[in-house]
Amino acid sequence: MNILLDGRPEEALRIHAYMLRGGYQGLKRARQTPPQQVIEEIKSSGLRGRGGAGFPTGLKLSFIPQQEDTPRYIICNLDEGEPGTYKDRTLCEHVPHKLVEGLAICAYAIQATQAFIYCRAEYPYLVDVLKQAINQAKQENLLENLDIELRMGAGAYVCGEESALIESIEGHRGNPRFKPPYPAGQGLWQQPTVVLNVETLCNVPFILREGADAFSSVGTPDYPGTKLITLNGDVEHRGCFEVTTGTPIKEIIETVGGGVRQGRALKAIQVGGSSGGFLKASQIDTPLDFAALQKAGGSLGSGAILVLDETRDMVDLCFNIADFYRKESCGKCLPCREGCYRGWQIIRKIQQHQANQQDVENLFLLLDVMKETALCGLGQSFYLPIQSCITLFEEEFQAKLRTEVGGGERIS
Amino acid sequence: MVSLTINHQSLQVPEGTTILEAAKSAGIVIPTLCYLKELNEVAACRVCMVEIEGSNRLMPACDTVAQEGMVVFTNSRRAREARKINTQLLLSRHDCQCPTCVRSGNCSLQDLAHDLNIIEVPFEKQIPKNTWNMDHPLNRYASKCIRCLRCINVCEKVQSLGVWALNGTGEYNKIEVKDGADFSAAHCALCGQCITHCPVGALVERDDTQQLLDAIDDPDKITVMQVAPAVRAAWGDTLGFTKEQATVKRMVAAFRALGVDYVFDTNFSADLTIMEEGSEFIERMTHPGEYPMPMFTSCCPGWVRFAKLEYPELVPHLSTAKSPQQMFGAVAKTYYAQLLGVDPERIFCVSVMPCTAKKYECSVPEVNDAGAGRDVDMVLTTREIGRLLRSVHVDIASLPEEEFDQPLGIGTGAAVIFGATGGVMEAALRSAYYLITGKNPDADAFQAVRGQEVKGWKAKTLEINGITVRIAVASGLGNARRLIEALKRGEVQYDFIEIMACPGGCAGGGGQPIQDGCELAGERGEKLYVLDKELPLRFSHENPAVLKLYEDFMEKPLSHKAHQLLHTDQTKWRL
Ligand SMILES: Cc1cc2nc3c(=O)[nH]c(=O)nc-3n(C[C@H](O)[C@H](O)[C@H](O)COP(=O)(O)O)c2cc1C
Ligand code: SF4
Ligand code: SF4
Ligand code: FES
Repeated sequence: MNILLDGRPEEALRIHAYMLRGGYQGLKRARQTPPQQVIEEIKSSGLRGRGGAGFPTGLKLSFIPQQEDTPRYIICNLDEGEPGTYKDRTLCEHVPHKLVEGLAICAYAIQATQAFIYCRAEYPYLVDVLKQAINQAKQENLLENLDIELRMGAGAYVCGEESALIESIEGHRGNPRFKPPYPAGQGLWQQPTVVLNVETLCNVPFILREGADAFSSVGTPDYPGTKLITLNGDVEHRGCFEVTTGTPIKEIIETVGGGVRQGRALKAIQVGGSSGGFLKASQIDTPLDFAALQKAGGSLGSGAILVLDETRDMVDLCFNIADFYRKESCGKCLPCREGCYRGWQIIRKIQQHQANQQDVENLFLLLDVMKETALCGLGQSFYLPIQSCITLFEEEFQAKLRTEVGGGERIS
Repeated sequence: MVSLTINHQSLQVPEGTTILEAAKSAGIVIPTLCYLKELNEVAACRVCMVEIEGSNRLMPACDTVAQEGMVVFTNSRRAREARKINTQLLLSRHDCQCPTCVRSGNCSLQDLAHDLNIIEVPFEKQIPKNTWNMDHPLNRYASKCIRCLRCINVCEKVQSLGVWALNGTGEYNKIEVKDGADFSAAHCALCGQCITHCPVGALVERDDTQQLLDAIDDPDKITVMQVAPAVRAAWGDTLGFTKEQATVKRMVAAFRALGVDYVFDTNFSADLTIMEEGSEFIERMTHPGEYPMPMFTSCCPGWVRFAKLEYPELVPHLSTAKSPQQMFGAVAKTYYAQLLGVDPERIFCVSVMPCTAKKYECSVPEVNDAGAGRDVDMVLTTREIGRLLRSVHVDIASLPEEEFDQPLGIGTGAAVIFGATGGVMEAALRSAYYLITGKNPDADAFQAVRGQEVKGWKAKTLEINGITVRIAVASGLGNARRLIEALKRGEVQYDFIEIMACPGGCAGGGGQPIQDGCELAGERGEKLYVLDKELPLRFSHENPAVLKLYEDFMEKPLSHKAHQLLHTDQTKWRL
């Protein structure tokens, strides 16, 4: 079922083709109902955020104080900093009008007249596409008093975190704010603000056009609809695909991905990008669903699926993940700044056959403390991929350890 | 009101109270490191973590607002473990040179490590390199910085200068001069407020103590010391003295015990400053159109640097009078050398100041006029003198009290209050009143200018013998900027403005003893007002030593000689 990728890329900027497929009908319907009603509709559709955290979108919109005379903002998160993930880019390339429409509907729902699209620094070519789409919509008088402004990202992964993104739009260094207060209360320029992922917004026109029930009847009850996945690693066909939630991962690899490359055996998968946990080959019957994946020890995240065949070295992989975190930590809060680095250091030691059991224990101490005390999602999410990698593939790590024991350095 | 429990204790706190404050109100201590109320609420160090029932993560007490029904545990195993590991991580990047660190015994990281019983750091030590040019009056040890961001925010929010910035990301991030510029090019006032707000020994003043010991031991040198007003309100803190032990007279005895030849009082030259600056003000006031108005005080070198860097167009508005420190130096190496009958080259003039900017001021050529080396050879902060006092191993607490030497040790109550914000103004008004009306006002008549405004300034319009004088007093450079901007917008008009770079004036100076998390300017300023009240002389124009100086040497305020030695051409002195 295609809720999202239903147009042909060459028609991306043909607004009339989009309208013929029912485009902007959702917006029209929304405008005929009170804003509160629009939020209710989204709420009852069961739509959950596609940016990673899976927060119920309707609920998020309902946090914006209604009927107050203060400015409020809506921001589309197109930062897509997750390595190997390009679902939001694909949406902008294929169905930019869907994004504009979704943004207009949500802006109407919270009575915002100013929207921003925060575009990843590496995607400058999308700016042109989106600007054209916005202009076309304006020319058709579809946007009414809504202004949509494009802002370029600062190039750091952490800028995709919503409070860092808000800081960045305000012109500051993109460091996460500590929260609360949450953006819904005091976001951009201290005003009520909603940040939504591109894919989340692209689901909204369907909900308004076809109704909440039509949406919630697709996929699993817990996480209805479809999900864009970016399939990477050792599969025959890599790429971005739309999959109905609830589909077993196994089926995705075999049908969509054409199976593991060169007929090799599957070793593991990582779902959810660098912050996602690993699943063993034996777990690939797990359905593509938020709760089910969480239960299995993974996470749906932004929907990246990394397929790993039998030839992969899990220690190397673990190192690459740590390396990513080490480079992307903004360094403002201590546990993330030091934890990412120290964790990386220990994993490198393991890789180089220099570590011992004590080092591994220290690594777990670090993981725990980062999960519990890091300021933002970046530091907190270091835990899952590293922990699951080491736990699931313990023998591989153990094989690289030295046996003698040594303690830390004593200071006085 | 919100009800919550902390460690099973039921509490009621006003809405918006943080867990940290709530705990404090119940006598429950939660360790903190980066937090400074209203100045640095960045929640970066994560040592104040507490457990909240129902939350899967620990929360920073300094940054989590108490909610109705919250059940908080500040000392659970999880919280303690997390705190410990975070502290160990901090230590893994901190050059623990405790025995040779000026902040040892007064370091929040050291205290924290001790309190958490950390005797081991399980992470490899990796210490950032120090690349600072230690010739600057302000020194920075990257090897000790814990990246708490306090210096950044103090400089930005309180002083409005924004000298520091956090550059780079992740493990590589570091505090640097903004935009990676060299420190000597930065618009730093050298006020030292970042030093007094650093929880560790990463920011310190340049240590000049050895220079004084060398001079004392040099038989050819006559060491002449001046002690600034605010030092007497704080010196005892460096030795852990009680109020009874830390008297002014014991301070004199202590400094003499170091071996300096003469211990004098900057109060003497503060009175002299009032005579010169007060006369200058009356001259400007009574010749409208001839001089730029309003007139700003010039006794705080931090403020003077600020004005020259940030508002060069205001330089002609600065009083030409030198600071009391430099006036003292000029007098010591001319008049006093004559009195002693010695070659001024033999005089080694050291000042003890609550200030880091004075270390720079004494090296400025435009305020050195006596012609025998520098007028003030060197400056020690209150903290440095404290360190020297410890090093002589004398039981200072039981030293009998002693008097300042004469005649440059005589000062009035008007001079003592120079050390608190508003003090210069009050002292100037006491004497201006006399100069205009020919009689003394009540010494306490101008109390309205006392006290610190956290945000803003104090202003007052006075009537003296039919002359209307509009005055304003600001301390803290952020407040100075607010005042200047209001002046420029034409919202306010004044005739005479006192500005001190440090919040609360010299009492809260950047060279004063540090007590982490406490702003002591108010308390120390109060001590100075008590001293003022106790002194027999409370008017600068009654200082007999100053009157004698004029009679025998300077002639009169604003005389040719006074201009030569006690004033400077502010426009020539550039940065
Ligand atoms: C380190 C970090 C990076 C993130 N990067 C992105 C991103 O690139 N795109 C995105 O949509 N959300 C990202 N998020 C999630 C956002 O903070 C936010 O939850 C999301 O934009 C909300 O949209 P949704 O409710 O539609 O999912 C990131 C979160 C963290 C902690
Ligand atoms: S000395 Fe004062 S002006 Fe200079 S960096 Fe420190 S706080 Fe800022
Ligand atoms: S220099 Fe001091 S105040 Fe500044 S960040 Fe480092 S430790 Fe904190
Ligand atoms: S004191 Fe709370 S995070 Fe630093």
